[in-house]
Amino acid sequence: MSTVAAPATTRKLPPVAELAVLTIALTVVGGVYMASHLPKHFSLAFPIADVVVCAALVATNVVLLARVRPFAWRTFFLVGKWALAAYAVISGMLVYAFARDHTPAGPMTVLALMLVIWAVDIPTLLAFSVARYAAP
Amino acid sequence: MVDVAEAVAGAPPGVGPPVVPDFQIVPVRGLPLVGAAIIGLVVAIAGDWKWALDFFHVVGGGMWTGIDLFVGFIIGPILGRLSLQARVEFSTRFMPKMLLLMPTLVTMTLAAGWQLARKLGNLNAGYGRHGWLVGSYIVVGVMAVIAIGLLEPANLAVLFELKKPKPDPELIGRLMKRFIYTAGITGAMQVATLVIMTRIAT
Repeated sequence: MSTVAAPATTRKLPPVAELAVLTIALTVVGGVYMASHLPKHFSLAFPIADVVVCAALVATNVVLLARVRPFAWRTFFLVGKWALAAYAVISGMLVYAFARDHTPAGPMTVLALMLVIWAVDIPTLLAFSVARYAAP
Repeated sequence: MVDVAEAVAGAPPGVGPPVVPDFQIVPVRGLPLVGAAIIGLVVAIAGDWKWALDFFHVVGGGMWTGIDLFVGFIIGPILGRLSLQARVEFSTRFMPKMLLLMPTLVTMTLAAGWQLARKLGNLNAGYGRHGWLVGSYIVVGVMAVIAIGLLEPANLAVLFELKKPKPDPELIGRLMKRFIYTAGITGAMQVATLVIMTRIAT
């Protein structure tokens, strides 16, 4: 693999942003499905399958990203940590609201896993979107 | 910050690197206001206080919808016709504020709205307008994908590009075009939100 960086705007990079947006879309589909069925009991088969696919996409993205050389990791982690802090507040609010409503353990676990996926996926997307144009 | 003299010397307007005013990517002075809004929201949910939930949902939702429509249909097209220099000056003042304002409004609206719907029994499948409610989840979901997946990354990338000693005008133009288009799409989707919410409230 070459270690000479092409100009930041023309560099060919793996589809990290595309996979991250797909993950957001899939978690939204799972979230809408669950929200439309709550508070009554419903089958968790679809949301669990959705979470598994999203987790696989996030893992794939992490692997793809880790193989990019060279990359502006300093910028990536600078943006990533603040984005993570912001999304921790938003996710925390949502978990708090669902816990306050005594959401049953099954749906609550799946919802919490979806929010964990968001907490990794969204900061990755935001950090990648900035770092891809930064000098390594 | 780009040197003004370096940027304008001998160059006609719109040519050469833009002059970038000094700015903060995250306006720190706004953080206490965000904190106050979040604390107020937690108190409203904890107390199951109907008026406060209504307040956060209506104020947050009204501002979110209004800002999306205004940015999508008024600011966006104007911004698209401005010179790069004018866009840069506007963006360095406008986009950092949006970075704090929009996630706060969205969190307020959705968290308070969910609690309100639960309190009023609107979440139950037996509720006569449950279909409209599910419709609102779908509209919000699509807007979330566009806003978080496309608009917000473009917004952040523009701000970081503008912080560089020599910002790339072509990249800024491309990212701002994405910002303007996605703002237009979310603005159009907010019309659907207005229809749904007025149907539910009627």
